[in-house]
Amino acid sequence: MGIESTAHTFGVSIASSIGEILSNVNDKYSPPPGKGIHPREATQHHCEVGPRVLEESLKKWGGNIDDLDVIAFSAGPGLGPALRTGATMARALAVWLNKPLAPVHHAIAHIEIAAKMADIKDPLVTLVSGGHTTVTAFTGGRWRIFGETEDITLGNLLDMFGRAVPLPTPGGPEIEKIASRGTNFIELPYVVKGNDVSYSGLLTAAKRLLTKKPLEDICYSLQEIAFAMLAEATERALAHTQKQELLLTGGVAANKRLAEMLRIVAESHGARFSVVPREYSGDCGAQIAWTGILAYSAGSIVEVAKSYVKPRWRLDTVDIPWR
Amino acid sequence: MISNEKKLIYKGAEAEVYVQNWHGLKAIEKIRTPKLYRVRELDTFIRRTRTMHEASIIHDAKKAGVSTPLIYMVDIIRTSIIMQYIEGIRLREYLGMSDNNHRIKACRVLGDRVGRLHAFGIVHGDLTTSNMILTPNQDITLIDFGLAEYSKEIEKQGVDILLGQRIFQSTHHEYGLACYKAFLEGYRERVGSTMADQVEERVKQIAKRGRYAVER
Repeated sequence: MGIESTAHTFGVSIASSIGEILSNVNDKYSPPPGKGIHPREATQHHCEVGPRVLEESLKKWGGNIDDLDVIAFSAGPGLGPALRTGATMARALAVWLNKPLAPVHHAIAHIEIAAKMADIKDPLVTLVSGGHTTVTAFTGGRWRIFGETEDITLGNLLDMFGRAVPLPTPGGPEIEKIASRGTNFIELPYVVKGNDVSYSGLLTAAKRLLTKKPLEDICYSLQEIAFAMLAEATERALAHTQKQELLLTGGVAANKRLAEMLRIVAESHGARFSVVPREYSGDCGAQIAWTGILAYSAGSIVEVAKSYVKPRWRLDTVDIPWR
Repeated sequence: MISNEKKLIYKGAEAEVYVQNWHGLKAIEKIRTPKLYRVRELDTFIRRTRTMHEASIIHDAKKAGVSTPLIYMVDIIRTSIIMQYIEGIRLREYLGMSDNNHRIKACRVLGDRVGRLHAFGIVHGDLTTSNMILTPNQDITLIDFGLAEYSKEIEKQGVDILLGQRIFQSTHHEYGLACYKAFLEGYRERVGSTMADQVEERVKQIAKRGRYAVER
């Protein structure tokens, strides 16, 4: 069983040891338009929906709760109070059922669920979400970071621009819709530093245009520039690492234009391209359940007394014994 | 005898590199090919400005005392630069196959060269070990100035060093820490303690700005 509660989503999923997702129930907290995720409100939401999500997930699965092998939870990175709701439920279940407890790194879970679904072994990964914008590949026991954002993430950029309009949070899907009607390309800051990107200047510049240019043209140009920057950073890392596979995962992976750009990048280097299926792109219990199985199989479990959440757990500090 | 045939030797992220005979000189041609994923206006703009920038900064880096290829020809329409072919081994491969002493020696030289650029007012913008060639006389020639800029800002110098650090931590993670230390020593010796302190402090600050920095 995997429990997700990193940010806006509370989810519980049951997966089998070969990676079948037997149930995956998620409930998402939606802040009002123009507002971001308030950690207290998100936590309140998780506490309210938590028991029902757990019950529904168990019911969908239809198995006996005593047959579970391991309880996995998202231990970070994320919002501290929100993480603690999932961790508390996981600890309680582990103690009550006398099952091992596996802490899972949320970003690694985005990677593992995508790699599983695409049946991909050794990819360069472009991970894009509200919490991450990272180009990473596995080597020497860890996911090493080859490029990342130097300030805000791609998800942040889209959310924060969306809030300024204002559009509902998350902003990405709305911006994608509006951008599809845009025709005029407006020049905006394009900032690539080595394999890194920086989005803060682009955000400011795009917000300043709000009263001056049609919204569809701003959205179109914002997407084109932001995604092209990431495609370039990815292409640089692909050329550098010479990986044969490219995997796009995380919430923003649901954006069709971004996936199209990265497909072109992969194909031009003879690499196989895969993107996480839409239902597993956003935060969900399934990513934690499957990664929990991998962690448990490799002995990565933790005592309840030491099962702290880590709101700032950095991807490249996690040892991965199962790869 | 240099072959008259034009031969693709490297397909990088933004350019194709051919080796060719240029009026009796062994030369490479670096062509920035169109990127189909970018809208055309953006693509043309990026390729042209980077080609112009690169040619001019490769030339000016010599004034800073840093070895770079000689520029033979620039074609803005084809976004291509024809320049000297540099004999030697890329630092990326050299570090992988050397012992610690040789690695540290090379990284000190590298630190010195980056220091020269910074003191002169150039930031490289893409300090990966794929962009550095160790020549037979144990000098380091820097190539690929496509993301370089004229700047004396500590911020930009800090980003430059941070990108170098990242490569030591990722591509060269097995022995990268010693290399990075040697690199910083070489840098410090060249630019002096005052500037080195400022830049190193800024590197730490920039790293903390990113997501999930360990300490904040």
